[in-house]
Amino acid sequence: MTPRLPYSRGKGGRGRGGEGDLSEQGFAFLLLTPAAVLILTVILAPLLVTFAYTLIDMNLLSSAKGRFTGLAAYAAVLGSSWFRESLGRTLYFTFVSLAVEVGLGLLMALLLAESFPGVKLLRALVILPWAIPTNVSGALWKWILHPDYGALNALLSWLGLIRHYHAWLGEPWLAMNMIILADVWKMAPYSAIFFLASLQFINKSLYEAARIDGAGALKRFRYVTFPHLVPTLLVVAVMRSMEKFKAFDLFYIMTKGGPANGTKVLTYDAYLRGFDNLDYSTAAAISYVIAFMVLGFTIIYLRLGRQEDIND
Amino acid sequence: MTDRKRSPARPRAARRAGFTAFLCAMGFLLLLFVMTPFLWLFVSSLSERRDLISVPLRFPPGPMSLARYAAVFGPGVGGIAKAFEYALLNSLIVAALVTAVGLVVGSLASYSFARLRFAFKDKLLYALLFTYMIPPIVIVLPLYVGISALGLLDRKATLVFVYLSMTIPFIVWVMRSYFGSISRSFEEAALIDGCSRLQTLRYIYVPMARPGLIATGILAFLLSWDEFFFSLIFTSSLAAKTIPVAIAEFTGKNTVDYGMISTGGVIASIPPLLIAVFFQKYIVMGMTGGGNKE
Repeated sequence: MTPRLPYSRGKGGRGRGGEGDLSEQGFAFLLLTPAAVLILTVILAPLLVTFAYTLIDMNLLSSAKGRFTGLAAYAAVLGSSWFRESLGRTLYFTFVSLAVEVGLGLLMALLLAESFPGVKLLRALVILPWAIPTNVSGALWKWILHPDYGALNALLSWLGLIRHYHAWLGEPWLAMNMIILADVWKMAPYSAIFFLASLQFINKSLYEAARIDGAGALKRFRYVTFPHLVPTLLVVAVMRSMEKFKAFDLFYIMTKGGPANGTKVLTYDAYLRGFDNLDYSTAAAISYVIAFMVLGFTIIYLRLGRQEDIND
Repeated sequence: MTDRKRSPARPRAARRAGFTAFLCAMGFLLLLFVMTPFLWLFVSSLSERRDLISVPLRFPPGPMSLARYAAVFGPGVGGIAKAFEYALLNSLIVAALVTAVGLVVGSLASYSFARLRFAFKDKLLYALLFTYMIPPIVIVLPLYVGISALGLLDRKATLVFVYLSMTIPFIVWVMRSYFGSISRSFEEAALIDGCSRLQTLRYIYVPMARPGLIATGILAFLLSWDEFFFSLIFTSSLAAKTIPVAIAEFTGKNTVDYGMISTGGVIASIPPLLIAVFFQKYIVMGMTGGGNKE
């Protein structure tokens, strides 16, 4: 423990010569005020108002607007088939793209951890998709996947892999997978950077020991590399699944939830119900369901982080 | 088993060369995967419209020109090109303000969390982390109602205010540990020399935590630059519309001018790409500095 310091010296002693602890606390709250005001007005107050929207009829087109409805909005949302479908699509997107992204990111990191000609340049270039704005990458993939003029159709038919052009964003399931492709392209490098950082900290002598014991490359990965990566893997997986669960941008720009609702995920559904149908109650109830699921991820994240977080 | 028996017979150098060749091949594939889509966007921004909409696709592409870039930055009124110019300017102003104000406000709060004792400190810190996790969709409806009631829709200042609330929790979370890692003895010496607490923050903590400030500042900038959801809902005209909204708008039209969208996309990517290249130096420095034990 460091010795307690007098609150302030010079400049007229802002502490008014009062008790050290009290003025330290006052000073602390003073410094926190701007941040607190911002967060209270922009985040916490709206958070509560949204909750209020779920309890009263806030369908702007409803004749019973303003009437207290209790938890009816939640019951309506959770009991509906459209919600289950949107939830299913959200979970599909979250976990399939997570698996592909983390798998690919891991392979990228393993490759980039090796030394071969050009690897330094490759390490610098691989992060670039991550830097490209999400909407630019959405527009970019929409253009590449264009049914008539898209580069993917041209490339695949030139290679002889397809006979006729595909409407990549024209069928529900295919479109969802194409959004996953766009997301993975942008974010796999991000996961890779985390894994690569973690790989640098593996004790090299472990590999030597494993090699002497006769472990091949696969066994060395299985018993040395992988266990070392598990904590990073978990943190990245939880962090990324939170982001994916509330994803909106790519869905808006690439498919607008279509075709045939095939890419309508929960956030997009809530957005449509709020800003297209003006049914604030339903939109708010969906949002709260999303928030609680993200909260679940957050709790997992904190559990994982507790072992690693270094307090001062 | 057989592999292990045979392996000493094969010259180690040859095996190594084979492995390196394999790595190079994989590296080349990775390079293609990472770079081709964006290069295609760049080529599209330079190509003539008739080449872009020819079936089958003309490859290698036909004549190229910087005409679309000239349209965005050159003189002229109206059209997609001008919309991109305004949107870029809006994005730049908003992101710069969020970064600057966010770092100041965030540093004040981080210092508080790192060095001062006050009631509910831990609870407030976790509350802050909690706000960082709240999905935008959960707060957007009341925000929209409130902002439109105050007549503040379609203003850059509104976006700055909203983005600040998203970036500050993150800045505080990171800067708190940066400030916390600075030895108290520097501060004590400065206090004895007659510095006020704010002066120690300004002359001791801020300079010493510069890598952290740069890193969080960069992320605040990128976050503001990339933000789409709030900008989509709170802006409607070129007075405040940011670049992600402009791109979404022109991509959603019935007659899409992909050449022009590619141009906007390339320009919108330049600031974050430049930043990523410089930011990477920090990451790589940290990695090789700490992890190289050979």
